[in-house]
Amino acid sequence: MLDAMIYALPFLMEGLWITVLVSLLTVSISLVAGLVLGCALIYGPLPLRLFTRLFSDTIRGIPILVLIFFVYYGFPAIGVDFDSFWAAVTALTLFKTAQVIEYVRGAVESIPRGQSEAGMAIGLTFSERLTSVIFPQALRRFLPPWINGVTDAVKGSALVSLLGVTDLMHAINQVIGRTYEAMPLYVLGAFIYFVINFSLSTLSRRLERRLSHVQA
Amino acid sequence: MHEPLLTIRDLKKSFGRTEVLKSIDLDVGRGEVVAVIGPSGSGKTTLLRCINFLETYDGGSVRIDGAEVGYTEGRKRRGERALARMRAETGMVFQSFNLFPHLTAAQNVMLGLTKVRRKTKAEAREIAGHWLGRVGLGHKAEALPSELSGGQQQRVGIARAVAMEPKILLLDEITSALDPELVGEVLEVVRGLAAEGMTMLMVTHEIAFARDASSRIVFMADGTIAAEGPPVELIASAEANPRLFSFLARFRASHF
Repeated sequence: MLDAMIYALPFLMEGLWITVLVSLLTVSISLVAGLVLGCALIYGPLPLRLFTRLFSDTIRGIPILVLIFFVYYGFPAIGVDFDSFWAAVTALTLFKTAQVIEYVRGAVESIPRGQSEAGMAIGLTFSERLTSVIFPQALRRFLPPWINGVTDAVKGSALVSLLGVTDLMHAINQVIGRTYEAMPLYVLGAFIYFVINFSLSTLSRRLERRLSHVQA
Repeated sequence: MHEPLLTIRDLKKSFGRTEVLKSIDLDVGRGEVVAVIGPSGSGKTTLLRCINFLETYDGGSVRIDGAEVGYTEGRKRRGERALARMRAETGMVFQSFNLFPHLTAAQNVMLGLTKVRRKTKAEAREIAGHWLGRVGLGHKAEALPSELSGGQQQRVGIARAVAMEPKILLLDEITSALDPELVGEVLEVVRGLAAEGMTMLMVTHEIAFARDASSRIVFMADGTIAAEGPPVELIASAEANPRLFSFLARFRASHF
């Protein structure tokens, strides 16, 4: 069993790199997009709020696998052509963005109205209230679900193997196709995913503890 | 005779169909301490919130030093920056303190000084130290709000408001959320500010305090000013005013 694992490792490392790359792209692009759209959902003018609400609800209402196939097979029909890698990243990013929007909304709306009013009372402008009063407090409520969502993104990235992108999951299947030894490979694969996600959730717990003194 | 610092004329405000303020006229002169009393739902807090435009109003005007707070002369709502500048001229202390929980006592006081008054960090820290000392919390400058008692938090709230050197200080039932034994320390601070000539408009349920510390009491009922006058005269005249009489009667038993 160990032999099979050692044989497979170099192949898996290439796949792991793609998994990490897909996860990183998904997480970072969705973070920026989600923050912007999340603020649009809370503070934007009505049409923008409606658009963002519709976007978020639609995306979150579709299974992520359907979304991946939709982007890969459906988008070329409207003239947007991706290779499988970017189609997968786009679909995962859309999905993640919708989640980040909701995290942002939940975190910001959990800050009592009095905080904003206290900021107004000392003469802070809207943007100053956001950056000095609301966001620092919302961060503590945003981080735990968001980091949790990062581990979801790493796990969810395994779905890109279905478009033939050679990520960790796909690499595992390729090696199994050659060696017909499924068990050691799946155990090894599961272990690698676990190590990544366990590190992430440990980090998240640490962060939570460090931020907990900012209790509202 | 100077023009009053705060001039409120024909102020009207409704929430949906409920008329909360029905044509309020009120002047507050420089250095005056005016207490607003009245049953809950009489519009006291709404009146206070209209003055620094935390609440919009439907008609009439609110002027501080001759300048309309929330609207331009054509009754257009002021832009964000202009509104913020106007609000900086009024200090407000809240019933529920509303300190910024992620900042220390000193940082709470410094925020407006650095962002709005454009002081340097060092200047702001010095001013914050001065005012925290004034409210008896010089030793708590580095404490987070969660580490302070209610009375201490409210004193930081007062320091945060007065450090901005507002033209008028608005106090919104600032002792209502406090345990009885902590009320005294907060009122003591207010008394000190009054003695120094700070112009104040305070909504309060502390009738005894209103009587002792204010130069004038305004009694509100059903969105109107039902009676006003110097404390002693107003209380003496209560016999002639059934609403004021029944309102004060509830306090007489315990406070007078």
